[in-house]
Amino acid sequence: MCLAVPAEVLTVNGDTAVVSLYGALREVNVTLVEGVSVGDYVLVHAGFALERWTAADVEEWKMIMEGNWPDVGDETAS
Amino acid sequence: MWETKPRPKRESSADLLAHIHQTAQAIGRAVQLMEVCGTHTVAAFRSGLRDLLPPSVSLISGPGCPVCVTPPSYIDAAIELSRRPGVTIATFGDLVRVPGTFSSLEQERAAGADVRVVYSPMDAVAIAREDPTRRVVFLGVGFETTAPGIALAVRSANGNMVDNFTVLSALKTMPAPMRVLAAGEEVKVDGFICPGHVSVVTGASAFSFLAEEFGIPCVVAGFEDIDLLRGIDMLLAQIAEGRSRMEIEYSRAVRWEGSRAAQSVIAEVFEPCDTEWRGLGVIPDSGLKLRPQFAEHNAASRFGVELTSRHTSVGCRCGDVLRGVLAPPECPLFDSRCTPATPMGPCMVSSEGSCAAFWRYGKRRRK
Amino acid sequence: MTAPRARSDRVLLAHGGGALMTKELIQSVILPVLDNDVLHPLDDAAVLNVTEGQLAFTTDSYVISPLFFPGGDIGRLSICGTVNDLAVKGAKPLWVSLGLVLEEGLAMVELETVVRSIGVTAEEAGVQVVTGDTKVVEKGKCDGLYINTAGIGRLVVPCPPGPTQIQPGDAIVVNGFLGDHGAAIMALRAGISFSPELSSDCAPLWDLVESVLAAGVTVHAMRDLTRGGLAGALCDLAEASGLGMRIWETLLPIRPPVRGVCDLLGLEPTAVANEGKIVFFCPSEDVDTLLSVLREHPRGEFAAAIGEVTARRDGFAVIVSRIGGERIIDLPPGETLPRIC
Repeated sequence: MCLAVPAEVLTVNGDTAVVSLYGALREVNVTLVEGVSVGDYVLVHAGFALERWTAADVEEWKMIMEGNWPDVGDETAS
Repeated sequence: MWETKPRPKRESSADLLAHIHQTAQAIGRAVQLMEVCGTHTVAAFRSGLRDLLPPSVSLISGPGCPVCVTPPSYIDAAIELSRRPGVTIATFGDLVRVPGTFSSLEQERAAGADVRVVYSPMDAVAIAREDPTRRVVFLGVGFETTAPGIALAVRSANGNMVDNFTVLSALKTMPAPMRVLAAGEEVKVDGFICPGHVSVVTGASAFSFLAEEFGIPCVVAGFEDIDLLRGIDMLLAQIAEGRSRMEIEYSRAVRWEGSRAAQSVIAEVFEPCDTEWRGLGVIPDSGLKLRPQFAEHNAASRFGVELTSRHTSVGCRCGDVLRGVLAPPECPLFDSRCTPATPMGPCMVSSEGSCAAFWRYGKRRRK
Repeated sequence: MTAPRARSDRVLLAHGGGALMTKELIQSVILPVLDNDVLHPLDDAAVLNVTEGQLAFTTDSYVISPLFFPGGDIGRLSICGTVNDLAVKGAKPLWVSLGLVLEEGLAMVELETVVRSIGVTAEEAGVQVVTGDTKVVEKGKCDGLYINTAGIGRLVVPCPPGPTQIQPGDAIVVNGFLGDHGAAIMALRAGISFSPELSSDCAPLWDLVESVLAAGVTVHAMRDLTRGGLAGALCDLAEASGLGMRIWETLLPIRPPVRGVCDLLGLEPTAVANEGKIVFFCPSEDVDTLLSVLREHPRGEFAAAIGEVTARRDGFAVIVSRIGGERIIDLPPGETLPRIC
């Protein structure tokens, strides 16, 4: 139900963008992500992009998916 | 045996598991970690990680499945609407088989109701736009992850005068039930695995009260196998060191303050309301309802449906399962009268219900 | 001499009446594509010559929607599904029957395309359509077109493969990528497209099976993977054989876009339908031969060994995750998936 996946932005058209998850493409609404552009990665849930990921975020994700775990890098509460 | 059989990728996960086992031993007593997200429930089962954890560490599920915590009166209301002429029910697939008091949307569809499964609330707006003669009711079930999308759909319908698009909201917000659980005496929670995608929207800060006020260690974890292992490792480390803090394992997605844009659109379209959680009763300000300026899109007020509490199936213990008091296999109905084919309650029929997960993936005796 | 064209551009109720218009439909749409000596008399029953040995007999109905999809259509499916059910029993498919239920108003051009597809696939599969029937129902009473095919094949092995022959230690092998068909169909429903395009894997597989048998591989069991995917087949076979099975998630051949669809929609790749895939069970000493024979065939290029039959006699199939945990493979009944077969 809180299923969300990161996907790569292929084209942008105003409020919507076509994103790709390993070659599966879908149009999603990008209202919540300002200034999204081609090549960005966005987190997608139920047809909406919730946020944009930085290159470092994407890198960590890719490493996890490939099985090379990065060190735990945390923001902790103080 | 043949050569191509793989060695599982255990090098790093083995390190983490070893560390988890060491820390558990140092803690020296049983600890109970609760996750409160249906997607975490499924992820934990799919990775088979329960069997890999030390026996002293148990992972239990709380009220994290939005379908499961929705009381049967909501399904009854949806069914009642589906029986009215000219009404189209648009819903996420998860709700179709959930039993209401007497029937389900699946059964109503078989009897002729127009019930359509959609992937996104925007698909429901499109259905409404395509046929202005039908009154489309989108079943708005979910937590903060889903609320922004539904808010945008309402705003879009409102702005484009698609006034035959309405939402029957059962949206709920996560911190409130966790406060109830933390303050309650029933279940001993030694650490919370906080919801990963809800936190994308709310920020990890929304849950830090659990550590600050209640002294319970918290980690926001992602959904891959390694995320869960790291999250559990971080929780055990806190427990062993006697710390209680909010930590973020899912740092690639979750920020401390969350998504301002998503929070803002939720606040624009919805306002908090009291709402009933199966198993937990009415929790003040834990639900979201449409603001008055969007009344036209509010299915409950526009079509006069009431969401009154009714009885659940006799013997159904979903409420206890959702509170973490009862593990699914401990329910007397589990795998006897209650199975995915013949569900007595939502925990067995929702794709993320913990009973469904136990039944599908867990080791059980086949009859 | 060219065949008479059907005079109507849509299927009408009268086409199912059994009289002049039915005859016209058959003459103009069906016979030009499917005619053969046995079918030609258009008699009440086909008369077939059988040699010694055993026959295998199967039937399936096809109600897929939409009728046309990347990689095939309902016509192709109706031949492949039935032919493959025979193939996995070690039977060379010979003859099929063709029952058509048409919806009033179906575009004749669509019917012609489906029938052409049946013809092409039947030829590819080496089978003859020897008997058939056509009915028409009122508009709205079926989804364009439903097909039933029954198939007869001749067993080429003395003992047909089946779950009772599966042994502990057997290797479990699939002939290629899993989930293509189901993903291609479900994507159409969920507004998902593919780049590059993903096609259904719908294909007739007798000659693939024949080459495996001819190479001397001892095949204990085979199962055509359709609805329910690999998971459904393994559950059934584990229960039927009373043995345990274990597969490794990291060994499953799945195309990245199929993973993408599954991740987007929250689906289990092992539960997604296939239409050109077989799961094989063979003794472990035969697995290398099996894999090399499969990989030499166009429909087996990406064959992979994915697991083994265990000595645990519990009737469960389990999958080992990437981190070494196990979970039971099971299917909840009645997944709300669109019609995919």
